[in-house]
Amino acid sequence: MKEFKILAVIVALVGITYYGIEPYAHHVMHPEVAPADFTFKDLKNVDMSIKGNPENGKVLVEANCVACHSIESAGHPQVMPNADAAASYGVVPPDLSSAGWIYDKNYLANFIFDPVTAMHLQHKYTPESGKAFPMPAYNWMTPQEIMDIVSYFQGLAPKAKSGIASHKNTYEVACGRCHSMAYAGFEATTPSENIKAYMGATPPDLSQYIKSRGEHYLYSFINDPQVLLHGTSMPRTGLNQKAQEEVIAYMESIGDSKKAERENLGIWVMFYTLVFAILAYLWKRKIWSEVH
Amino acid sequence: MAEFKKADSMLEWFDQRLGVVNFAKVMMTEYWIPKNINFLWAMGVLLTVLFTFLVVSGIFLLMYYKPDVNMAFDSVNYTIMQEVAYGWLFRHIHAVGASVVFLVIYIHMFTGIYYGSYKKGREMIWVSGMLLFMLFSAEGFSGYMLPWGQMSYWAAYVITEIFGGIPVIGDELVVWIRGNFYVSDSTLTRFFMLHVLLIPLAIIGAIVFHFYALRFPHVNNEKGEFFDFDEEAEKYLAGNKKESKVVPFWPVFLSKDFFVLGFFMLFFFYLVFFHYNFAMDPVNFDKADGLKTPAHIYPEWYFLWSYEVLRGFFFEIAGVSGKDLGLMAFGFANAIFLVLPWLDRSPMVKPANQRPYFKYWFWFLMADLIVLTVYGKLPPTGANAWVGFASSMTFLTLFIALPFITKAEAKKVGGK
Amino acid sequence: MMDESRRGFIGKAFGAVAAVGGIASLIAMKKTWDPLPSVMSAGFTTVDVSGLEANKLEIAVWRGKPVFILKYTEDMKPTDGRNVKIGDHYFSVMIGLCTHLGCIPAYRADQHDFKCACHGGEFTDAGVQKFGPPPRPLDIPPFKLDGVTLVLGEEGPEYKAMIAKA
Repeated sequence: MKEFKILAVIVALVGITYYGIEPYAHHVMHPEVAPADFTFKDLKNVDMSIKGNPENGKVLVEANCVACHSIESAGHPQVMPNADAAASYGVVPPDLSSAGWIYDKNYLANFIFDPVTAMHLQHKYTPESGKAFPMPAYNWMTPQEIMDIVSYFQGLAPKAKSGIASHKNTYEVACGRCHSMAYAGFEATTPSENIKAYMGATPPDLSQYIKSRGEHYLYSFINDPQVLLHGTSMPRTGLNQKAQEEVIAYMESIGDSKKAERENLGIWVMFYTLVFAILAYLWKRKIWSEVH
Repeated sequence: MAEFKKADSMLEWFDQRLGVVNFAKVMMTEYWIPKNINFLWAMGVLLTVLFTFLVVSGIFLLMYYKPDVNMAFDSVNYTIMQEVAYGWLFRHIHAVGASVVFLVIYIHMFTGIYYGSYKKGREMIWVSGMLLFMLFSAEGFSGYMLPWGQMSYWAAYVITEIFGGIPVIGDELVVWIRGNFYVSDSTLTRFFMLHVLLIPLAIIGAIVFHFYALRFPHVNNEKGEFFDFDEEAEKYLAGNKKESKVVPFWPVFLSKDFFVLGFFMLFFFYLVFFHYNFAMDPVNFDKADGLKTPAHIYPEWYFLWSYEVLRGFFFEIAGVSGKDLGLMAFGFANAIFLVLPWLDRSPMVKPANQRPYFKYWFWFLMADLIVLTVYGKLPPTGANAWVGFASSMTFLTLFIALPFITKAEAKKVGGK
Repeated sequence: MMDESRRGFIGKAFGAVAAVGGIASLIAMKKTWDPLPSVMSAGFTTVDVSGLEANKLEIAVWRGKPVFILKYTEDMKPTDGRNVKIGDHYFSVMIGLCTHLGCIPAYRADQHDFKCACHGGEFTDAGVQKFGPPPRPLDIPPFKLDGVTLVLGEEGPEYKAMIAKA
């Protein structure tokens, strides 16, 4: 009984210390932020109740988008090689094959209407800065036309719909124009000197971000970088919840590839140790029965 | 040399040549340990096992680790963590083991303080134990640099910078320790040498010495009772096992240790597999960048209390800058435990709770160390800085007051 | 036959020789830990400022840190205790790490100021903070003037005068 009392004192002291240096300190250094918003409800320039017409959308896309963007799944190849595109625009324009699949519908419509506002980059593209986002705002289009374009993109089929191939594709489309993933042998499609000039600093390699930032942080951060890193030049990308979860799953599969093995083995080792502990206890009882 | 008769068994063969029978008696079956002890007496064996874990996991990490600023980070986080079979397991055991070893050292140390196991003939056990604590601290600090993450770099930067506060030679000393003006490749390679060779050798030597120091004064017991070990041993050998106050190291004492070890390992492996962030700081999974300071810099948890004593003095007192005061207090905090046997002026060897004044001192110290540890991690702004100052002052006061408290206690008890 | 004193002398001589050897080895070991000559020489960065263009930021690397060197144009006003005059021109010499969290600010030539991309801190052309979170001006590295050559890492009279004013 006395030994349980001693144990309780030690557990209490260790527990208080642990609480102070881990959960409490974490809470002080990283205060909670607003939860991720996958409806992008701050964007209200396009009426979501309008039903789009994909045929008209196709005409509009071919007239307005394909001069810069490739849409490989619809037979529009890249206009020029990555290096040339980066030199012309600052960053390689994205292929739009998966746009309707990975971006939230409201975000996508509002992005077409006014990209800088949708990305939360008003602080970067101020009139004084003399910088302009390479894609113009299509705020001269009617909401109906914008919704036509959105419905056209939503009708395009992505390269892969699920599984690791889809995770990889989503990462490469959504993040890979700026962020390399060295541990997957992937290099950002925009050459590093261009992207450095475009962003102000080289965007970090994301190989270990699942470990250094953690899933919880990434979940809020990807949804809206300004919330956690105010003033950053990283845009809000407008991924829908599924696409964002795919990106995080991909980062985990590269940055923490042994997770499943670790958790599986952990159970077995704990089970083994429990057997060891019980036998050790029985043996101790036997030995000490002679001396007590 | 005496002529050897042909041995009848393997045991006899070895006994003739190495004296193994006698050796086993001296080291194991007739090495006497008091019987009235609790599970806190198992911490020494726990530490030995943990140190073995660290050495073994370290050997496997050494096979793939590359001590070079351009390669270190990826050799750990890619090669070891993701390519090498069970490389991740060895790294987790090494990192979590390094953190948990300090938890057990602290329990071991405060058990010693609580039961008065540092005085009346046991001074050398205490001193060698504190020496081990210092060596483990150096080992922990040098090892933390090796993954070459952001926290590796900046903790190394901040801690080596501390030496710059030493008068006259400070600035040069920092450059000498680092081998460069800033933490760089030369710093990494020399700390690598210290971590994998010099300090482990010193630790092994100090462990042997620590064990040896136990042989003459013997292990203390739960009541602080002194008795004749030879007499009690005779009783035991004569078969009066229940009456004797001692038990042999093997198998009786160790059977209890193994039982404690078993349940401790359950806790340890839970941390290794499922709850390791406290020992593997997420910030350290960003590669070291000397041009980019992390938002918060803090050492590993086991250094936090002394780090807070260093930070606690943040303003000038009587013309001495806060930095210098902090450095002096830091030096004091790290050295003072070593001389504890001579600060405790009461001859009483008893559990703290049976000592009229010492018990308050002990629990005050525990509370203060916890406050220092927690505030050592929090950002030192606003009220936090003042809590740090107050708890640092409390720490210094406790140790300055100890000789007077124990002297008064000796008088009170003696006058009864 | 050796007498007592002779044995004592030999013993002492042996001890002294052993001690000399030990001390000599320790000195050698201490020197092995010294920074290498290549590191020491890299500890001083020399920059020839005569060829610099006004209002265009030059970044030198000194002891692993970026050092900003900015030559002023005629119409840029110096700040007391922050600028050094070399020949006919004023210069800013400072460590190019934002005093907030150590990012490297960028120079905006049209506005004669520095802007840190990380958290929006702004500094004047002399490195004094004027907006955002930085707590203090950019640090000034020790330097010495040697004609038109700037030696970073040595404390010259111009540096000492500046530090005294700041």
